[in-house]
Amino acid sequence: MFDGMQRRVVSMWFPRLASDRVLQIRPVDGPFALTLRQTNADRLYCLNPEAERQGLHRGMSFADARAFCPDLQSRPADPLGDERFLRVLRRWATRYCPWVGLEGNDGLVLDITGAAHLFGSEAMMLADMRQRLTRAGLNNRIGLGDTRGAAWALAHFGEGRAEIGQPYAALAELPVAALRLEEKTVIALQRLGLRTIRDLEDAARAPLARRFGPDLMMRLDQALGRQPEQITPLTERPHYGVRMTLPDPVGLFDDVMAGTSRLLDQLCTKLKAQEAGARVLRLTLRRVDQEAHTVELRLAGPLRDATRILPLFERGVGEVDAGYGIDQMRLEATQVESQPMHQVSHMPSGRADQLDDLISRIGTRIGLENVQRFLPADSHIPERSFIIAAAAFSEPGGPWASARPRPLRLFPPEPVTGTGPRPPRHFRWRRMSLSTARATGPERIAPEWWLPDENWHSGIRDYWHVETLQGRRLWLFYTPQHPGWFVQGEFA
Amino acid sequence: MVFAAISAARAGRVLWVREAWQEELVNPVGLADFFDPACMLVAQTRNQTETLAVAEEALKDGAVPFVILEITRPLDLREGRRLQLAAKAGNTTGLCLIPEGMGSNAAETRWHCAPVFDPDDSTLMRWEIIKNKSGTLKAWHVRWNAAARRLDVVSPAGE
Repeated sequence: MFDGMQRRVVSMWFPRLASDRVLQIRPVDGPFALTLRQTNADRLYCLNPEAERQGLHRGMSFADARAFCPDLQSRPADPLGDERFLRVLRRWATRYCPWVGLEGNDGLVLDITGAAHLFGSEAMMLADMRQRLTRAGLNNRIGLGDTRGAAWALAHFGEGRAEIGQPYAALAELPVAALRLEEKTVIALQRLGLRTIRDLEDAARAPLARRFGPDLMMRLDQALGRQPEQITPLTERPHYGVRMTLPDPVGLFDDVMAGTSRLLDQLCTKLKAQEAGARVLRLTLRRVDQEAHTVELRLAGPLRDATRILPLFERGVGEVDAGYGIDQMRLEATQVESQPMHQVSHMPSGRADQLDDLISRIGTRIGLENVQRFLPADSHIPERSFIIAAAAFSEPGGPWASARPRPLRLFPPEPVTGTGPRPPRHFRWRRMSLSTARATGPERIAPEWWLPDENWHSGIRDYWHVETLQGRRLWLFYTPQHPGWFVQGEFA
Repeated sequence: MVFAAISAARAGRVLWVREAWQEELVNPVGLADFFDPACMLVAQTRNQTETLAVAEEALKDGAVPFVILEITRPLDLREGRRLQLAAKAGNTTGLCLIPEGMGSNAAETRWHCAPVFDPDDSTLMRWEIIKNKSGTLKAWHVRWNAAARRLDVVSPAGE
């Protein structure tokens, strides 16, 4: 820590975070509660003061609560949404100091060391926090102390401010539960007659540590500043979204593209600073009648070059119906990949970039996953000797090698007339009468027993390369276990 | 098919546009005798309109010097001409695999290729140019030399 500067910590507690959040969006009069399904029953998760006045409490089953209070209004709780909201609040709290962490799932902890004077004094800073949170409709309790433990205790039990260097004076009369202890430990301490922090501090340490383990003494020391405790600030994830609001609505294609171009420039600057490239971009065009159109662009590779991305938007923007005009545009990179800077070499690599652009452009028409490439696979089964992968998400592979000639064209087996293990001398295929001039084979391929395949139920196959007098070179097979002849491919 | 593969072998990079519902598929393992399948991209489209749009886009762009498209219904003059102009703009080659009798008048050349039975060799083909805007018509007997990866022209009189 800095020399001569005492560490100061603020703890904010939002006792009704979940219900405040819901009521802020849709206020109701009268008792209100959020319900959450826990252990196969709907229970009250969070409730407003009116509901508490009616005698309801958290964890009560919803059916009981309705019996007590018939005019209770309720909504299902959304714990994930609450967590997101808390993160928003955390980001807001960085207006007071840069060092803000989360405290459980309903609180924040701020290290305001050296920041209080910016708001006048500590008291004025706390007043400002309280005023802003109350105006936003959030019930809040704020504690300020030298340590995280002291601030937490004051927020939850005393609500006040501990003077610099005197945490004990502020905490002495608070109950032991203010030390962030487990429920079990608190009850046991109360049975021993240790009700307040003063009692605990005055008692002998060694027997308590033996009885309750090191945790209890650690919490006490943390609250009183004899043991350090750190605050973990969350890292701010870069946000790749930019928007523009227009004074007058626009509707012409060129205008929208010009706006997109400006947004793209901003976004690409952001991407460049983070050495990232966008993979999926979403352009939201909001019309004056509040309707919004989104244009999604998926790219074949990470890209942060505005001049290359812009033409790819042309097709999507062209399809948007502008209605009475567009007055707000928002561009967001919804999927981002790292794209480190690389040395510009004297060998031009424009070809690969151009190909990526082409794949993206074709992808906007037929879907990026429909532009594919072949990759080799390790199998003797002809239709499994290669796999088809989306070109944008795979690298070309190799080597391609086969010990025996393989046809250029494959199709599902088509039956032809023929008997016996030798290729038929004459057969009809696709309304053509063909006669065998030369047959090379057989090449026996057995089905892969570890991959059941409907088409290979007929068992092993003997493949023949059959050249016909008429010219066609076909790939026939015979299934000795269920006698029959089929054509599966053509060589030329 | 072989004609497409052999022509593609010279181009380096190939885009193959086909309709996704078709059951017949080019076999990359067989293609490896002619060129490296790693250089090939396949675009699976829903219908012929998309096939033509994708082919036009690719031809005009020039990133892929050789575009092969498989069609199922005849091209009309407008479609053929658009592809022709796109290929000219991108300085690329487009090859359209057509079923018998579905040629477009806009094409620069049209070829008819068929394998021919030969007692000594299994790669003999007859390539006939049946339409040529800037030259004469002719037919060749050719065979593929797999070891050297090149095309040998055979004199038909020598058969």
